[in-house]
This record gives sequence, structure tokens and C-alpha cells, in this order.
Amino acid sequence: MNKILRKQQICENVFKFRVYAPLIAEARKPGQFIVLQLHEFGERIPLTIADADIEEGSITIIFQVVGKTTYLLSMLNEGDVIAHIAGPLGRPTYIDNFGTVVCVAGGIGAAVMYPIATAMKEKGNEVIVIMGARSKQMLVLIDEIRSIVDRLVICTDDGSEGIKGIVTSPLEEFCRNKKKPNLVVAVGPAVMMKACCEVTRVFGIKTIVSLNTIMVDATGMCGSCRVSVGGQTKFVCVDGPEFDGHLVDFDNMIARQNSYKEQEQEAYRKCRLNLK
Amino acid sequence: MNEFASDDDLKYRNLAPKERLTIPPQDMPQQDVKNRCRNMLEVALGFSAEAARMEAARCLQCKNAPCIEGCPVKINIPGFIKAIAEGNNEKAIRIIKESSILPAVCGRVCPQEKQCQLNCTVGKALGDVGKAVSIGRLERFVADWERENGSLSFPVIKEETGRKVAVIGSGPAGITAAADLRREGHKVVIFEALHKPGGVMVYGIPEFRLPKKIVNTELDLLKRMGVEIKTDFVIGRTRTIMDLLRKDGYDAIFIAAGAGLPRFMDIDGENLVGVLSANEYLTRSNLMCGYDRHRSDTPMFDSHKVAVLGGGNVAMDAARTAVRLGAEEVHLIYRRSEVEMPARKEEVVHAKEEGVIFHFLQNAKRIIGDENRRVKALECMRYKLGEPDETGRRRPYPIEGSEFFIDVDTVIVAIGTTPNPLIPQTTEGLRTKDSGTIIVGNDGATSIERVYAGGDIVLGAATVILAMGHGRRAAAAINRRFREG
Repeated sequence: MNKILRKQQICENVFKFRVYAPLIAEARKPGQFIVLQLHEFGERIPLTIADADIEEGSITIIFQVVGKTTYLLSMLNEGDVIAHIAGPLGRPTYIDNFGTVVCVAGGIGAAVMYPIATAMKEKGNEVIVIMGARSKQMLVLIDEIRSIVDRLVICTDDGSEGIKGIVTSPLEEFCRNKKKPNLVVAVGPAVMMKACCEVTRVFGIKTIVSLNTIMVDATGMCGSCRVSVGGQTKFVCVDGPEFDGHLVDFDNMIARQNSYKEQEQEAYRKCRLNLK
Repeated sequence: MNEFASDDDLKYRNLAPKERLTIPPQDMPQQDVKNRCRNMLEVALGFSAEAARMEAARCLQCKNAPCIEGCPVKINIPGFIKAIAEGNNEKAIRIIKESSILPAVCGRVCPQEKQCQLNCTVGKALGDVGKAVSIGRLERFVADWERENGSLSFPVIKEETGRKVAVIGSGPAGITAAADLRREGHKVVIFEALHKPGGVMVYGIPEFRLPKKIVNTELDLLKRMGVEIKTDFVIGRTRTIMDLLRKDGYDAIFIAAGAGLPRFMDIDGENLVGVLSANEYLTRSNLMCGYDRHRSDTPMFDSHKVAVLGGGNVAMDAARTAVRLGAEEVHLIYRRSEVEMPARKEEVVHAKEEGVIFHFLQNAKRIIGDENRRVKALECMRYKLGEPDETGRRRPYPIEGSEFFIDVDTVIVAIGTTPNPLIPQTTEGLRTKDSGTIIVGNDGATSIERVYAGGDIVLGAATVILAMGHGRRAAAAINRRFREG
């Protein structure tokens, strides 16, 4: 159980693992995630399930190295076992035939977006994906996404692929179209999701966001993941991870994401020193 | 020491009740306050053999045994105490284990002063429940004696029946039910959502009150009995209750998933950085070993001045953990008076000794943040007590215009928990109350055939001993069901 079947480095800091977890592969639905822990004293971190193969009994996780745990995870190799994986967690994405769905994926958010866009397409929607990344190398799952969508727009900060600029410009263009999108789904860094929501709010287009907050148990027990949604407190792990983006208090969420920033940076720094 | 200290067995046995009443209550040694505020080790150290026999000699062996009435699992209390007085610890533990599977745990965490010891004749005769026979400490003494002497009894397991039962949750209710079911020869699999089994005994109750090795001893025994424990398995997500019944061939299910969902105050500022549920604070420290900063990767919030809201055991655990992790000031804010406080007496005493500052008849009104959305102060109000409410405790009312501020950087909310909704949400036909608890009959049966429930998911947040009682009851019902066909 939890054996790494395939390891692939997508770009400098992004890795894709296929992990043997047959029950999770069978149960998972788009929008859901796992929580993993690498050793007895390790932290529990949530990671999205990007894909699953029921026959092989595997799930695909894609992660960016941002701290100690993701760094240690990236050092594991094929054949190694991840000590603990629990899932699938969170509520699945609500999939329906909405008409035209614009999916905005920023950076590693593409890993979350891929199964959602796939399911939306299977349900008969016209699916437009806007992908944003720092540069061409940082575009995750681009071929997979291209193969399933009706239209793909790429934005890079350095212009190495697609439009030079950020995802909100093409999003705004789609919103201005005579045929407005019926639904927008935005997944990526909090600032990006916030910016997307500000664009769509003006046009009154419902926007779903998938939040990536700090979690400990990820089963509804601790509340470290809580966010304010329409003035109410919600737990991302059990009430989410997806919410109506126009109701999310992103500034509060961003502040909470940084609750342990100093300790996290220190732990990452020490860990890299020790392993070098 | 006193005049009885060197006496032999015979003398104990022949004491008249009046003489027994003159034996002073025995003190249980504990870690020195200064030291224990800097470590996570257990505070109470347990009776010596000598003190235990002396304490046991205080028991009057009342014929009507009012203490048993106060015990949720009806342990033969005079019976096991008599055995201790006679120096027969093995017999004592055997008597306890007829009714309770976790004496080392319950001896430590049961609210004895509200249960068995409340009814004790000795306490009544001496006009002070605090002077009742220390039943809990004696229970703990024999349980520890058994474990430390390596004489843990291995229960007899009947021939395999071919029946298969799933137990959801590995806390006190789940452990008890699993043991009782396994003894009858059924295959038992426990499903635990977290990476470590033990439930609230592992994620909630800190090491200084309940050493984890005690819980692990019990879990090891279960495993040796042949109970399988599957961790990282979230029922409702990885598999549903209906999957277990229909796809995986379980003949019965016992749901003991606990009351894991923390309640919040619903006041301004509650989502600021530095506001944590007690569940989060304790889970980080206990389950994730966050208190061990050099080893654990799970950070603890950097706290200097802490306010804990609430007056139960969880509030005490959080406040005392904060002391140990180096907070300079720890305030405990409770809206009623000390009399109504639900925490175990011993924990309150320990918390006070450790420097926790108690604020009675006060309550948080609002949490104030700085420009970075981090907690900087707590606005409180003073309260007064009115008429008793439905729980029998006097209802607190805020006093208008009594607002005041306490400078803090951390607020820990410990005002209770509600059942985790995951299983009710994902199990069609499972009836629940508005409060989210699962509705069961007298034998623990739910609205779904072959599915039973117990512990905090039925009771709301309660105690280890009541959860155990529920585990026992449901196991008995399932065993009966299998016997009858």
C-alpha cells in the first residue's frame, strides 16, 4: 500500500507521483484530495488527487516543493512507500451541464483543474481552460488538458508560451463575450483566485474556487482550515474544498495560510542544510 | 505515615468502621510543580503499594455499595478494594476487568468526584466528598500494577464464528466493543481515520494526564487478540457504511466515530490568526507530537499570552499544555462560577498550581486583531448567575457595560465539540437528532438494520467511561443477535 509506482519531475520544483492506493482510486471523485504523512513525526499535508487509475489501483498526485514535507516527498523514489495516505477527502465538485464553463488554473492548480475539467466536459459542457504559469516549463499537465477541452488559453509571466500576462485578462474577455460563461471555476494561488472572483463579480458570473488552506487531521476535527464564507465559518476539509468564490474572505484566508510561516521556513531551511 | 502504616493484613481486616474513618486519606505523590511545568510527563505518580493498601483500608465495605450506583459501568468497587486491602492485587484487577476494560485509563480520567466517590459513605461521614475513598486512584494503582508486573491477563477467545464486525473509530467505545466482540470469536476490524489509533485518548488527552504507553498497551492487547486495526481509513470517504455491509461482507457495524467537530463561539474575530480550537491545539501537540519541537514537523503557534475559553477538561488540558510550551501568561475564561465548572477537580487544582489564571463569571465578547489580522486582545464581559437552566446549572447573564480587555496573542476555544457529520451525511437512512448525534435504541441499535452506534457520536461530548459503557452495550447486542441467528 502507498508504494510509489512512478515518479516524474515535471519542472524544477514540481513532481508527479503515481501511488498505489486502490481504495482511494476507486472512491475518489473530481475535486477531492488526500492527506499524507511521511514519518511518525511528520506533518500531515493535503494534496489534490489529479487522476486515478482503478485498474492499476493508483492515484496521481502532483505537488510543488514549498517546504520541508514536500521537499522530503520529492526525495522519495519509485518503489518507496509513503507512510500514511488517507482519502479521498473533501466534498466532490458539483458537476452538471451548465453550458459554457471557463476553468482558470494557476500554476500547480492545474492538477486540481484537470479532473474537474474532464468531468465537466464529460457532462456535455463547453469547456474553456485558461492556464497561467510563470513560464513555459511551469505549465503542468498541459497536454492532458489540451486533449480534453474545447479551447485552451495559456498565459505566462515571461511570455515563453501563449499570452504574456496574467489569467485575469483572458477571463475578462470571455466574460465580455455576448455569450457569457455560465460558470467559472478558478483554482490556483489565493491571490489569483481572489483576482478572478473580482473580475467575474462585475459580470455576475458564478465562480467556484478550490481552497488550499493549512490542515492537520483534514477530517473536520481541528478547524485549522476554517475560512469565512459569506460571513459564516466553514471548514475547507469537510465543507469544501470548493466554495462560491464571491463569498470567500480571501484576505482572511491568506493571513491564516501564513499562520506558521516563520516556523515552516525555518524547518525547510534546516532540512535542506541537513540533507546537503 | 501514621500508626497503621506498619500493621499487617489481619489488622486491616479487623478494623471497626469507626477506626477506618480515622485513617487519613492517602496522598498520591505527584511531580513537583516547578519541574512539571517544563515537561510533558505525567503529573500524578500513583499510590505506592503501602499507600494503596492504607487507602483501601478506609473502605467500609458498605452492604448497599452506593459507590457502584455512581459507576456508569457498575464495577464491583467494594470487591476490588477489599482485594487490594488484602494484598491481592491480581484478584482486584480481575474484579475490575469483569466490568471495565480500560482501568488504567479510567482511573486517571474519570470524574470520580461526580460518580463513585460522590456517593461514598466515608466521604459523607467525614462531610467532604474530597475525603471519600480514592476509588479512582486505587483503580489506577491495580491497573498499573498489572501492567508493570507484566501480568496482563490475556482473555479467552472463543472458537471462530465466521461472523465479521466492523468497528468505526478506535477510541474508548470502539476498543471496548472490539474486545467484547472478539472474545466471542467474531472477526473484528477497527477502522481509524487518523494515522494512530486511540481516538481522544491519543489526539485529545495530553501525555501529562494520560501517558500514551498506557493506551498503546491496551491497543497491543487488542491486536494480540486478533483484532485488526486499519488506520488512515476514513469511513464515509474511503468506504461508506453501506459499502461495508454490501460489498465487504460485514455482518454488523458499530459506529463509534466520536464527537470530533469543534464548536466555536460565533463572535467577531474568531477567524483571526492565533485563534485555535482546543482540538487543533491539542491535536498538534499530542497526536502530531508538536510539543517535541526538535522532532516534530508540525509547528505549534508561537504563543506568549494565551486565553482559553471554557471550563471543561479540554480547556484545562489546553491551558496546561500552553503552560508547558512556555507561554508567559495563560488565562482561563469561564462564564459561570467555579462550582459549575465541568472539569475534573484534580485538573483544576493542578492547573491553578501551575499558574493558570482563572477568570470566573467572565466571557469573551470579541477578539481584536492587529493590522496583520493576528490576535492582539480579547474583549470580555462580566457575568452573573440567574436561575438554573435545563442542565441544572445556574444560567449566566452578561452584566451590561462590564466590558474590559485582556492582552493576548492566542485564543483557544474549548467550549465543546459536536459529532463529526461525515458518517451521517454519507449514510442514507441513518437517523440523527438536530444536534447531529445518531439516534439509537436501548441496545445501541440505529435506524439501519445491523448498524449500531455509541460513544460521543450518540452522547455528544461526554466521558471515556460512558463511551466504554456504550461499546459494551452494543457489543452485547451484536453478540446476542449472532447467537440468535
